[in-house]
Amino acid sequence: MKTIISRQKIRSPFVAKVEELSGQNLLACYQCGKCSAGCPAISQMDLPPNQVIRYAQLGLKDELINSNTMWICASCLTCNVRCPKGINIAEVMEALRQVLLRQRKDHVDINKLSTKEKSELPPIALVGNFRKTTS
Amino acid sequence: MKLSYYPGCTLKNHAKNFEDSALCSLKKLDVGVEELPRWNCCGTVFSLSTDDLIHHVAPIRNLIRVKEQNNNKVMTLCAMCYNTLKRANQRVKDNPEDLQKINDFMYREKIKYEGDVEVLHLLEILQNDIKLENIAKKVKKPLKGLKVASYYGCMLVRPKNIGFDDMENPNSMDNLMSALEAQPVEFPYKTECCGAYQTVDNQELVAERTFQILSSAQSQGADVVVASCPLCVFNLDQRQKKTRQIYPEFKNIPVLYFTQLLAIALGCANKSLRLDLHYIDPNPILKEKGLI
Ligand code: SF4
Ligand code: SF4
Repeated sequence: MKTIISRQKIRSPFVAKVEELSGQNLLACYQCGKCSAGCPAISQMDLPPNQVIRYAQLGLKDELINSNTMWICASCLTCNVRCPKGINIAEVMEALRQVLLRQRKDHVDINKLSTKEKSELPPIALVGNFRKTTS
Repeated sequence: MKLSYYPGCTLKNHAKNFEDSALCSLKKLDVGVEELPRWNCCGTVFSLSTDDLIHHVAPIRNLIRVKEQNNNKVMTLCAMCYNTLKRANQRVKDNPEDLQKINDFMYREKIKYEGDVEVLHLLEILQNDIKLENIAKKVKKPLKGLKVASYYGCMLVRPKNIGFDDMENPNSMDNLMSALEAQPVEFPYKTECCGAYQTVDNQELVAERTFQILSSAQSQGADVVVASCPLCVFNLDQRQKKTRQIYPEFKNIPVLYFTQLLAIALGCANKSLRLDLHYIDPNPILKEKGLI
C-alpha cells in the first residue's frame, strides 16, 4: 500500500479535531510500543494502538477511519496507565469514534439485534455498547 | 446514619444475585443501607471526550440524590457504576466551570452539586471501614477448601486516581477471600479486560477473552472465579457457551459475585444467593465443599 505523507495532512483539521476531542498531545508519543504490548485486543485490530497514534500524528485520516481498531478497543485503559509519556491512548480511540459518530456513521445498528439478544443481554451491556458505537 | 446505596440498572435484573447477596451480607455485618430514591442510570461508561459534558449529567444527578438523603458518601456494588460515578465526580471537582454548566443544566434540582460526595465501592468499605478482621470474626461457615480466583477486570482498578487497589496487581478481593477462609488463587489474567460491551456485537471476541481468563484461572487450580462487575460476570459466565463452541476442550467453571461467597460465609439463607441466575451452575461445587 502506498502511503502519502504531506504537510497538509499533518496540519489538517482532522488532526486538530482528534487532539481537541482527546485532549492529548499526539506528538508526545515516541513510539515505544508499550501501549500495544499490553493491549488485550491487539490480535483483532487492523492497526495496533501505537500505530494509531503514529498515523494520527501524520494525519492519515482515511487509513485510520477505515481501520477497525477504535471499534475493537473497549476502553480498558491498560495502555493509558502504562504509557511512559502520559498519553491517554484510549481517549484518542474515543476521539476517532466520535469523529465518525458525530457524522452519524454508527458502528452498531440497534435494529439488527434480535428480540432474543436484546432480552438476554443485561442493560449494562446494551447501554455501554450503544453509548460507544451509536450516535 | 445509614449508608446511601446506588444499585444501578443491572443489579435489579440480571445481577439480582449480586444485590441480594450484598444486602444480606451487610445486614449480617450490622451495616444499615438505604437505597437512593429516584436514582437513574449512570450511563455505564465514562465519557472520554473533552467536550462531552452532557454524559456527566446522569452520574452527577445521582450524587445530588445522595445529598438529598443528607449523606456525603455513596456505596456502589457494580464496578462500572463505581468508575463512572467516581470519574464524573472527579471531573467536576477538578473543573469548576464544568460543574457550573452541569448545575445550570439541572436548574430544576433543589440542591446544587458542590463536588462533596464520596463514591465508594463495597470492597473498599469492607476493607477500610468494616475491616477484614471484624468480618473474619463473623464468619459462620468458613469457605474451607474452596479455591477462588479473584478477577478484578478494568473498572475497579483503572485509571490510577480512581482505583482503590494496586493497578497492576490488586488484592482486595483475594484478602477478603482469605478472611472468609477460602484459598485465594493467583493468576496473571486478573486485570485483563473481558471485552466488556463488545459482547453485544462481537461475541467471538468476548468468548476468546473468556477462554484466556478462565483457562488461566483453572490452570492455577481455581474451583470458582469471583468478580465485582455485572458485565464481567455476564461475559465470563454466559459466554462460556460460545467459548465451548470455539474451544470444545474448554471445561466450564462457575463465575460468582464475591458477595455470594461472602453471604455464604456469613450465614445468609440460600435464597439470597440467587444461584438460579447463573449459566454455569455453581451448586455442584458449593455442595461438594459443604457450603450450601
Ligand atoms: S506507550 Fe505512549 S509513547 Fe509508547 S507508543 Fe504508546 S502512546 Fe506512544
Ligand atoms: S484501551 Fe483500547 S487500545 Fe488501550 S489497551 Fe485497552 S483495548 Fe487496547
